[in-house]
Amino acid sequence: MVKEIRLPLTPETARLLRAGDEVGISGTIYAARDVACRRLAELIRSGERLPVDLHDQVIFFAGPTPVPPGRACGAVGPTTSKRMDPYTPELLEAGVRGMIGKGPRSPEVVSSIRRFRAVYFVATGGAAALLSTFVTRCEVFAWPELGPEAIWRLALEAFPAFVAIDIEGGDIFTEGRKGYSSNC
Amino acid sequence: MILRNIELASITDKIAELALEANVRLRPDVLASLKAALSVEESPMGRRVLEQLIENAKIALESALPICQDTGIVTVYVKLGRDARIEGDLFESVQEGVRRAYLEGYLRKSIIRHPALGVENTGDNTPAAVEIEMVDGDSVDLTVMPKGGGSENVSSLKMLPVSGGLTAIEGFVLEVAAGSAAACPPLILGVGIGGNFADVAGSAKRALLRRIDDRNKEPRLADLEERLLKRVNGLGIGPAGLGGRVTALAVKVEERSCHIACLPVAVSVSCHALRSASGTVVPSSTVVP
Ligand code: SF4
Repeated sequence: MVKEIRLPLTPETARLLRAGDEVGISGTIYAARDVACRRLAELIRSGERLPVDLHDQVIFFAGPTPVPPGRACGAVGPTTSKRMDPYTPELLEAGVRGMIGKGPRSPEVVSSIRRFRAVYFVATGGAAALLSTFVTRCEVFAWPELGPEAIWRLALEAFPAFVAIDIEGGDIFTEGRKGYSSNC
Repeated sequence: MILRNIELASITDKIAELALEANVRLRPDVLASLKAALSVEESPMGRRVLEQLIENAKIALESALPICQDTGIVTVYVKLGRDARIEGDLFESVQEGVRRAYLEGYLRKSIIRHPALGVENTGDNTPAAVEIEMVDGDSVDLTVMPKGGGSENVSSLKMLPVSGGLTAIEGFVLEVAAGSAAACPPLILGVGIGGNFADVAGSAKRALLRRIDDRNKEPRLADLEERLLKRVNGLGIGPAGLGGRVTALAVKVEERSCHIACLPVAVSVSCHALRSASGTVVPSSTVVP
């Protein structure tokens, strides 16, 4: 069964999610990748004003393609989350409640996800044409000079994802393999 | 000797067409292999992911959207007929084709000019890497291969000890596959063995151009490919890394002669979004020099 989630991601909603759940996410999210996440972390560290209030927000590690005429959004899908591991504890501490990306996270990130009662979702990488059909609006929100690395604001409608790491630190990347690996 | 004229403009047009096609139309052999994987995969999440990928290929083609938002860094393989005559800058005509596809096709521009400093996007996804090979004939065969950063990042090269032999080779391939959960499995692994440090990675990458369902002409290597595929799928990484039976769709091995003291091995990891498109430019006129 698909669990429907409405953003912002409140602690109450986060509490109901378990690693392995299939979800449909609706509401506003911010897409940011390497450079934007690094800048956000730097601003947080130096106590400066952020371009967006991160409280209970979900960050999508992604850089969409340019929007073709007549479409709500270009192709959009997750990038490798591991590259954002160094910035993640700070982002979570600043209020980020959820992340969407692809691939496993470091043990440090798993423990800060548990500590801040946050959720890490994965969306299917390389399914960007399909995923774009669940985006109803998409615009560059901050730092346009960064090109594909800018922060984008996206409106999602039942965007398909899986819960990969839950508030208790349950992790699909370690649990999911059980039963399928033959130690050869 | 009769030479035949190849127009640079035709090369530019062809490259632009192929770059767009490669990004928007999933290779038929890859699509067929994803469909076949559905009958093997037992994990419910793995099956969901495979279904999404098959649906994605359909939507991408219908709406001319790229399969993946990471439209990659481009390698262009040029097979230049010995009897073809080209006047002007072949390299630049290829770049112009890539530029046009990425600018006019709403593809993402992901190339940075100064990686050491991390600055300056080139703005048009050039330069592409260009590999030229001389072949018989009077035409030009072109293959355009965009490859994303996620799968490039887990690719690897190692100078193995000669004493390690096949055991070391297989161990290394398994090690690379085990670290590829974030590189959008099911994977296709191109494995280069031999040659030298500089060209083994090229062999590995070129191996990805082979059809998923072809069989290595060298029986020993065909066996190795099969065994490696089985072992990689035994890792249980599964589609999108969420656990399952299908971690890779194929392993392709290319071997080259090599120095007695060396055993270079490279693994070029491709995600399921293995993209390439090929075409030919034929001569427009005959020149008798
Ligand atoms: S690894 Fe491949 S499918 Fe995944 S995001 Fe990168 S280019 Fe796309």
